[in-house]
Amino acid sequence: MTNLNSSILSLVTFIPAAGALLLLFIPRRDRDIRIFALIISLLTFCLSLYLPAYFHRTQTSFHFEVDQQWISTPNIHYHMGTDGISMWLVLLTTFLTPLCVLISWKSIHERVKEFFILLLVLETALIGVFLALDLFLFYFFWESTLIPMALLIGIYGHGRKVYAAVKFFLFTMIASVFMLAALLWLYAKTGSFDFVTIQNAIHSGQVDGFATAAPWLFMGFFVAFAVKVPLFPLHTWLPDAHVEAPTAGSVLLAGVLLKMGTYGMLRFNLGLFPEQARSNAPWIVILAIIGIIYGALVAMVQPNLKRVIAYSSVSHLGFVVLGIFSFTQAGLDGANFVMLAHGVATGGLFMLAGIIYERKHTYEISEMGGLATPMPTYASFFLFILLASVGLPLLNGFVGEFLVLTGAFQDRAIYGVLAATGVIWSACYLLWMYQRVFFGKVTHPENNSLTDLDAREQLALWPTAVAALVMGVAPLLWLNIIDPAVATALAPFAEVASKVAGQ
Amino acid sequence: MNSMHTLPVGSDYIRILPEIVLTIFGMIIMLLDPLMDEERSQKLLGGLGLAGTIAALLSTWLMAEDPGFAFWNMVRVDAFSVFFHVLVIAIGLVSILTSYEYMRVQRIRAGEYYGLILFGLVGMCLMSSAVELVLIFIALEISSISTYILAGFRRRAATSSESSLKYFLLGSFATAFFLYGVAMMFGATGSTNIDVISAALRGPSIPVLAYVGVALMFIGLGFKIASAPFHIWTPDVYEGAPAPVVGFMSTAPKAATFAVLLRVLFEANAPGRYWLIWVSAALSMTIGNLAALVQNNVKRLLAYSSIAHAGYMLVAFAAKPDLGAPTIMFYTASYAAMNVGAFAIVSHLANRDERYVTLEDYSGMGRRSPMLAGIFTIFLISLIGIPVTGGFFAKFYVFSAALQSGLVWLTIIGVINSAIGAYYYLKIIVVMYMKEPREEVPVLPVSPSLGAALALCLIATIYLGVLPGPVLDYTQRSAKNLQPPPVDRMAAVATLHQ
Repeated sequence: MTNLNSSILSLVTFIPAAGALLLLFIPRRDRDIRIFALIISLLTFCLSLYLPAYFHRTQTSFHFEVDQQWISTPNIHYHMGTDGISMWLVLLTTFLTPLCVLISWKSIHERVKEFFILLLVLETALIGVFLALDLFLFYFFWESTLIPMALLIGIYGHGRKVYAAVKFFLFTMIASVFMLAALLWLYAKTGSFDFVTIQNAIHSGQVDGFATAAPWLFMGFFVAFAVKVPLFPLHTWLPDAHVEAPTAGSVLLAGVLLKMGTYGMLRFNLGLFPEQARSNAPWIVILAIIGIIYGALVAMVQPNLKRVIAYSSVSHLGFVVLGIFSFTQAGLDGANFVMLAHGVATGGLFMLAGIIYERKHTYEISEMGGLATPMPTYASFFLFILLASVGLPLLNGFVGEFLVLTGAFQDRAIYGVLAATGVIWSACYLLWMYQRVFFGKVTHPENNSLTDLDAREQLALWPTAVAALVMGVAPLLWLNIIDPAVATALAPFAEVASKVAGQ
Repeated sequence: MNSMHTLPVGSDYIRILPEIVLTIFGMIIMLLDPLMDEERSQKLLGGLGLAGTIAALLSTWLMAEDPGFAFWNMVRVDAFSVFFHVLVIAIGLVSILTSYEYMRVQRIRAGEYYGLILFGLVGMCLMSSAVELVLIFIALEISSISTYILAGFRRRAATSSESSLKYFLLGSFATAFFLYGVAMMFGATGSTNIDVISAALRGPSIPVLAYVGVALMFIGLGFKIASAPFHIWTPDVYEGAPAPVVGFMSTAPKAATFAVLLRVLFEANAPGRYWLIWVSAALSMTIGNLAALVQNNVKRLLAYSSIAHAGYMLVAFAAKPDLGAPTIMFYTASYAAMNVGAFAIVSHLANRDERYVTLEDYSGMGRRSPMLAGIFTIFLISLIGIPVTGGFFAKFYVFSAALQSGLVWLTIIGVINSAIGAYYYLKIIVVMYMKEPREEVPVLPVSPSLGAALALCLIATIYLGVLPGPVLDYTQRSAKNLQPPPVDRMAAVATLHQ
């Protein structure tokens, strides 16, 4: 098995892309295409299970590293590797993609081939983002996610899909050019794009003019990530993109794409600029808390099922940012766990919203009501995953938010107090939404004839439900691997803190 | 090295072999054209033009085997000139492949058309290997005159004649500037040889005339690469000219002019170039991108985009020569691949009399011809500068070189511009995939020649986007030839010219 150690990351990353390439040559018989895409995505998932199976908790450096020269000048390497933070995000991606294929089985009936090609290309780009350890390679994958996602929204979405796609594209594109400028600056000064090399150079103070440029560099990276997260007030693209996107697009957007931003903050803002992260933390944390509360309040008044879930994402991702910028072990552990839990739970909620859309062609809550009567199985799945998202103990949402709040309290009590209200708000808006959609009498007679979940839909939902339960009951399976990686990421902050204390 | 007074020898001819081959093929085409009827001339002469470019490519290989000076130090064959020979001739080849179908659809009698492309190539090839300002001027004229005529080839369309005339008048005006600059340079340094000029300009005191000379030459060349503020002609000329010709003239003469600029600015060590280029680069990027935002005609849109791309390339000119030169060479190559490809598709969809060239005509393309729409999307993505395409690396190298040379502000302007630029390319993609067509726009089947042209452009775009290493290494090696020459060689050249 040792052979696989050096190639597993490349396999996991590029099998979806290779599948997409093969799809190009498969004749346009929709059923074959769907089955093929499912096989490819399942294969990727199975391969990715190799990562946790052979992960050594005690090893603090990156796992399964590959480092080969790609281009000689500029010095760009194909450098991939994973640690306890990125590995789970890769798994989240490979876990959600087969579910996306299943949930799109019937709802996508036009240009099916292109759809699955885009989906698989997107998967490759997403996995690449989490695994790249060369800044250039990271940017390469980062930008590669743009076009497939924008096309998925723009072609297969509904309503104002073009507006949403263009808005999504421009927001992220414009923000990421700042990151490009910052990483080019780093290359100009260090002669390398390698994350580890640059990190060492910065920490040992070998970079000329770093002290003056660092605040700008920090902001360059931060803006790119903050738009992706999205951090208040840069979030306006998100509700549009979510509402108009096809179900699979929403699932990957909420489940994985948003985490690119928080992952980037964790890896690059904290990893490369610890001092700037420290000094900027106060306003970032305030924005995060505003995001938590604002997202929740806006979610409460949305008349549209998908918009509620979209704004709940703004709120939940606020927790992640809060956890990251608390610089505490608990806060960062929690932030990582929320990323995963939110991916599973919100992915599930978007799939459920997509299922009702397939039947009713609307997301308006006023068009529903009393759906528990015609669709009992659907209602119970919805409740289960919704409770996971609310943060009911023993389901996955609870663990992460609890840890984040612990971290926030350790950092400054007021942060914890304010953020904790977000938990209450999320219970309010989600449960109220549930009540309006499912309880009471059937207000629209045509809803009586709605059919309950079929086998395929259940097949897509069961994994998320099981994952939500297992993550809630045995979070240590995940946290045991996250914990050492977070400790490594936090190491420089102890130094910064001691430096500050020493002054 | 040849001395001044001997007759040219065999190796002199080898070193301009591609030009000779192209000229012979061009003349044969011109001679045969009147003897044939329309249909046969199109078929046979197009094939002959194609054969001419392939033969020229092969002879470039022979030429590359034997680097050195030729014709009394007027021509220099080195890795640098070989690079531009291959690039320019390859653009010519692909353009001929694209025109083949276009001319038939437009019912244009096209015999001499292919001859003109070959003659244009002669001028452009010579531009890249000339190291003598007067020869550069002659080469520039050879290339320009062919393109003036090519721009007017849609004889029945008034816009085409307008395009040709405008291009001709303004172009002649610009070349006059260049010539004037050459004269000033001669006055300042006593020579028109680039090596001698370079030596003279490295002295402690630089004559004022030299600054004037550089500025005037830059105006002339700035016109040819369509950089602001010398860009006014571009949209009108591109709109009226036949689409395959636009693909050709927005890349090949541009690449050759960039070769000249590299020689004049870097090798001749031009003084006072920094702010000249800085301002022109910033203006080109900004004007090109902002104006492109509001275009409705795809040809005009791509015309403004080409102004913007000239701006990006100029950014690299402001950088340090050893960083900027290879970057520019890489950029010209990848820009050629994507832009010729994009115009090939535009010319195919334009249909008879170029009826369908507005954005609305592209709506629903993704459904009507998914293959063409997909390929066009890749070219547009490359023009935006998104990964897995050559355009991404090209832009990346430009900004990286600029930052390494400390051009922080110019990089910021460029980066913001490339974000603005994304919008209008994206607009085309959006229209193709996400809008329903208002009227049924017929799409002709793709002919094998056009298919081959598209395949070549696509392969080049993707190749440069995945494995840019070999090409970049080559450009880096060949850009070394551009460094101001070592002192002993300059001394030798200087005595020669006493």
